[in-house]
Amino acid sequence: MNRSGLIICLAIAAVVFPGLTALAQEVAVAGAYAPAPKLTTADYPTIAGVNSRIAVWIFAQLHLWFAAFVLAVPIFVFIIEVIGMRTRDKRYDDMAYEFIKVAITAYSLTAILGGMLLFSLILFYPHLFNYLATIFTESMFYYAVLFFVESAALYIYYYGWHWLQGGFKKWVHLTLGLILNAAGTTLMLLANAWLTFMMSPAGVDGAGVFSGDAWAAIHNFLWNPINIHRFVANIAYGGSIVGAYAAFKFLTANGPSERAHYDWMGYNANFIAICALLPLPFAGYYLAAEIYTYSQQLGITLMGGIFAWLFIIQAVLIGTLFLSANYYLWCGMGRSDGAKRYTKYIKYIAVVLVGAFLVWFTPHTLVLTNEELKALGGPHHKILGPLGIMPAKNTAVNVMILFTALSFMFYRRANKIATVGWVNAGNAIQVALFTAGIANILFLGIYHGYFTNTVYKVAASIPQVLTTVIVIVGSITLDSFIYRGSREVAPLHWGRIPARAQYALFLLAVSFTWLMGLMGYIRSGIRQHWHVVDIMRDASADAFTPTLGYAANVVSVAAILFMAMVIFVFWIAQVSGNKTLPAGYWKEQPP
Amino acid sequence: MRQFLTVVAFTLLTIGFFAAYSNYGIPQIEPAPPPKEEKLDLAAMSPEQFIALGERIFNGKGTCTLCHNELGRAPMLGNLADILPERLKDPRYKGAAEDLEAYLIESLIEPSAFVVAGFGKKGSNDAESPMPNVAGGSIGLAEAEVAAVVAYLQDSSGAEVTVEIPTDADAVEAEEEAEEREAITEPDLLMAKFTCPACHKINGQGGDVGPELSKIGASRDRAYLRRALLDPNGDIAEGFEADMMPDDLGEQMFVTELEVLLDFLTALK
Repeated sequence: MNRSGLIICLAIAAVVFPGLTALAQEVAVAGAYAPAPKLTTADYPTIAGVNSRIAVWIFAQLHLWFAAFVLAVPIFVFIIEVIGMRTRDKRYDDMAYEFIKVAITAYSLTAILGGMLLFSLILFYPHLFNYLATIFTESMFYYAVLFFVESAALYIYYYGWHWLQGGFKKWVHLTLGLILNAAGTTLMLLANAWLTFMMSPAGVDGAGVFSGDAWAAIHNFLWNPINIHRFVANIAYGGSIVGAYAAFKFLTANGPSERAHYDWMGYNANFIAICALLPLPFAGYYLAAEIYTYSQQLGITLMGGIFAWLFIIQAVLIGTLFLSANYYLWCGMGRSDGAKRYTKYIKYIAVVLVGAFLVWFTPHTLVLTNEELKALGGPHHKILGPLGIMPAKNTAVNVMILFTALSFMFYRRANKIATVGWVNAGNAIQVALFTAGIANILFLGIYHGYFTNTVYKVAASIPQVLTTVIVIVGSITLDSFIYRGSREVAPLHWGRIPARAQYALFLLAVSFTWLMGLMGYIRSGIRQHWHVVDIMRDASADAFTPTLGYAANVVSVAAILFMAMVIFVFWIAQVSGNKTLPAGYWKEQPP
Repeated sequence: MRQFLTVVAFTLLTIGFFAAYSNYGIPQIEPAPPPKEEKLDLAAMSPEQFIALGERIFNGKGTCTLCHNELGRAPMLGNLADILPERLKDPRYKGAAEDLEAYLIESLIEPSAFVVAGFGKKGSNDAESPMPNVAGGSIGLAEAEVAAVVAYLQDSSGAEVTVEIPTDADAVEAEEEAEEREAITEPDLLMAKFTCPACHKINGQGGDVGPELSKIGASRDRAYLRRALLDPNGDIAEGFEADMMPDDLGEQMFVTELEVLLDFLTALK
């Protein structure tokens, strides 16, 4: 593994450095930048009958999934290590080590797939790559350097885990974790700059002539919205994949102690995934709003044009994510003997979640045939139509997030008995906080959605989000005071959870993977027939925008390939701990 | 092993469900193919046909109806003729138009000349329009197409159609030719296409308005020649005048053609 990672680093550097250096020299000598090339179909090489777009698409998607995973895992490994250091509970340190062990094999695969993406881009889209490389020469160079830094930090961090233990050595280890995360995050930011440049080009004129200001090209309009969205999504995704690992180990565990360990690991992974999942819709909404602000055309193509139906698929997937995460929490309440006090409320939470999911699922403006239009009596359904607009969906998602937080609070309370004297007053304040918050979210959604004109329809979104944040932060803070010095009902029975709960973790990981693929398609697809929006036209035979079914099939094939690789990663992590002592195979050595 | 196979089957079923739902649960909409330049036979067009062309562009290539529709994303355009006098007197109007035709052309090319209250870009206090210049960027309407849209808008708002059908469609045709032709791979044909020998002499053939190129590869490197082709006025050879060579070769040539030409020139030693 160690060696393969190094070989890949060198291979990429060998490809990137000479190419970039030559390019930089050429530009420096010429002293001027050429406009974006105008291509014809003949400018796109055809190699061995391979479909260029699908090849690049699949490699990019596989690379992104693995990259998201290997960027996210060190972030929460670092946090878990800090928790272990503060609490001096070795279980956290062991769990952090097991997480990073899974990530290290995935790291090699990330590099291999990154190399494949680079090669396929150079082979199939040479002029596009050349144009982008001219603009991003410096950042590509630093990307390669940072890749070495990240690799070095990761290998020392992983292989030095047991060596750098205790006192000052632990601090050195933690610092390595920080360097690893800083390098990894910066790598992501650089790669994000290249792709957002293709959506919202900056630092170039109307013909695509580069001004020479690399920072302007990097700091383009959509760079930060994508950075925020990806950073949060990566953590949720990393949590879900590690959760799937723990679930598999739970199902195949030998004995109760191993089952208890992997149950605990699965719980923590799911906790991380939920923590990042809660703010994710807001980050997504911010990104979509910024796309709309940058270009009304891009925004409308995204939300109201040919991609409108995609958001119905997205609703199904996000509904699946929320329901499976909640279902896992509800099943997990079985670990506590005190959970009975709360189980009666779960059915109501389930009803609200499904109701909110159905509102999100309701389409609004759809492309209809004349017959369908006639059957429906207009472009929108008379009763359900109003639920299709954005304020209704914003309301639904905020309610969904609040009730997921409520599930989590019930889970936290299940095994505790409060000892403070003001527990009833505290509970009453929490009920009031939730009630007022939900009432405010509903009022804002209904008032702005149906009693103001179009321009103000989405004005409710920010106060709604603030309400949700205030209710969650307020009630969790209050909860921590109510349960300060609390008693345990009984020790938690780790491992006492049905096997079907583990399938909720698998569902979370698979749905997340597929959803990321789908949203990757739309992010790239809204550029339609442009490599770089308004600057460089895609003249290849594949410049057409595929149907959703076509895209879903490509995403599904890529997801199956990814899952097969993930199973390989899990298997390798397990195999490294197996030992076989073949009797009579080795020659007896004299003592 | 049984657990492993169950997990694999569960994963495949989940992915299969999402794929099946996307293929069969929702309608499959075939997105429009990338736009192609239409050959406009303007000379044979009646005013009605010209207005109909404008309507087609308004609803199609121009992507105007993405925003100018009942959803209120942009102002409706049916009463333009009635409100024009008031608008031209508006202190916020920054343009120079004096009649509807000029105002419409200006609005299409410089949409921020006047922004209807409430429809400006977020945070611009209605000083900047979110509408793109329809003659540039991803819409890229030709001059004749802009004129057709103006004719349609005049007609649909009940005003007299004053815009004339352009008779000189050279610009449109030239653009079509550039879009449709195949990349040339032979240097001789390329030189002929871009009429290089009219000014440059190679091996005894050609004019003397520009420097001789017979041995240009011996004295100039590839980077210099690239710059000379893309920015001919950047460095004028001694004894020759500036502004003699076209400075838009970079736009006229395909990128592969530029490389073919550079290969050819650098080999002239």
